[in-house]
Amino acid sequence: MMLFGHRVAPQLSDAFGGILAVLALATLIGLALKIVVRAESARTTIDNLNARIRTWWVLCLVFALTLVVGQVGSLVLFGLISFLALREYITLVATRRADHHTLFWAFFIFTPLQYYLLSLGWSGFVIVIPVYAFLFLLAVMALAGDTQSFLERAAKIQWGLMICVYCLSYAPALYMLDIPGYGPDAKLLLYLVIVDQASDVLQYVWGKLLGRHKIAATVSPNKTWEGFIGGILSATAIGTALWWMTPFTPLVSAAISLLIALLGFAGGLVLSAIKRDRGVKDYGTIVAGHGGILDRMDSLIFAAPVFFHVVRFFYALK
Amino acid sequence: MNLAPLAGVVAGGARLISGVQVSWRDGRPLWPQSVFFANHTSHLDFVVLWSSLPKRIRAKTRPVAAQDYWDRGLRRALAVDVFKAILVPRGHGEKSETNARDTIDRIVAEMGERYSLIIFPEGTRGTGEAVAPFKSGLYYLCLRKPGVALVPAYIENLNRILPKGEFLPVPFISRITFGPASRIEPSESKQHFLARMRDALCALQPR
Repeated sequence: MMLFGHRVAPQLSDAFGGILAVLALATLIGLALKIVVRAESARTTIDNLNARIRTWWVLCLVFALTLVVGQVGSLVLFGLISFLALREYITLVATRRADHHTLFWAFFIFTPLQYYLLSLGWSGFVIVIPVYAFLFLLAVMALAGDTQSFLERAAKIQWGLMICVYCLSYAPALYMLDIPGYGPDAKLLLYLVIVDQASDVLQYVWGKLLGRHKIAATVSPNKTWEGFIGGILSATAIGTALWWMTPFTPLVSAAISLLIALLGFAGGLVLSAIKRDRGVKDYGTIVAGHGGILDRMDSLIFAAPVFFHVVRFFYALK
Repeated sequence: MNLAPLAGVVAGGARLISGVQVSWRDGRPLWPQSVFFANHTSHLDFVVLWSSLPKRIRAKTRPVAAQDYWDRGLRRALAVDVFKAILVPRGHGEKSETNARDTIDRIVAEMGERYSLIIFPEGTRGTGEAVAPFKSGLYYLCLRKPGVALVPAYIENLNRILPKGEFLPVPFISRITFGPASRIEPSESKQHFLARMRDALCALQPR
């Protein structure tokens, strides 16, 4: 299929057709709930559900557009997401006046550099932040001369770069994998994002429907065993059913989507712990109905790097 | 030179950098003529505060800024030509009574019956943590214009974007919280009034 002069793999358009069908169905269900349910107590949940569904349309269309443009589109999209996510994160954690220069380097040098290196297709992108930024930023901080809570402040900024930039950048890095007989295109990225986000959404849905027993009440009051098991299993089922868009067999696809879903859960939990520590419910308000960018990306932060390395180890040439 | 149409563009840019989230504690404003007074932590303050006002009110709102800083070259173009700022001398140490009265006269004249103001009654930029005691200009202004609505606006995080002494900004999400409007009370003492206004501003601080 051709779109705006770009060739789109048939698996991509099939997968997107599926997503649009699911969204249309969700929109109808949301509308039905709005009409049928009259109880005042359920209103907030249903309004939030509908806001979330509306936002999903926008997110899917933006994501689809960038996938059609190809690698550059995905790099620009994820680069922007990283930048905004880092801004949310740094706004939330306490920094001191002396961190100004360190932050400047993190935002305007290392974040663009990571995505620039990816655009060159240089596999060294995996060491730039954990080795060079890690050491360099410490030196910049020491030069700033403020030693109060030095280690703590350094950890906060380095952690921000790791989760918001480094880990997320593994998602568009999937374009770099050279898998014999499987074109270097957007299919793997789309697969990862579908399984990861489906797991998130389905954990929410199962939790709302059946949730009773909390997993970690102090970290996230919305995470329940019912939501966890239901969400992980149904996301694994979806991942298995999507094996045709991957280089995997159905069985491997099941194992890998289980892995993605579990990691996504862990990401959500960890990012929640940071929020609770800072005493907020959401990272921001930029994604209507969902909270901040980090509230939507938390699961991908953990899933993307591991997925990349597993696929590279077992399937890719280099 | 009239560069006022540029104000919208500059404000848009400021909103983008500052990612400012605006909240009104007391609903959206309808007051005819107001004085928005805010804590002062960054050079970005008045631009971002101005840009976070509803369009209708924005067009009739002018910042009051320090002459010694803003009356030069590009800064002047930005403050005076783009934002129609009213530049006033800052009192360093003891200032003569007449000088202060002249300044208030000029502000009142520039306001007329039409314009609202943005002022920073601390007089200078602070660290962003504590709100300094207010200068008395706000009081003398209100004696002359007792009808204006006084609206506190608490600014968070702009000092982290561009702290005192830095020229490269770092992106943070900032927040502006507008509080409920009040007026000067008949025969209210200067001390009482300034403390009341400062309390109203501090009440908007988070936590």
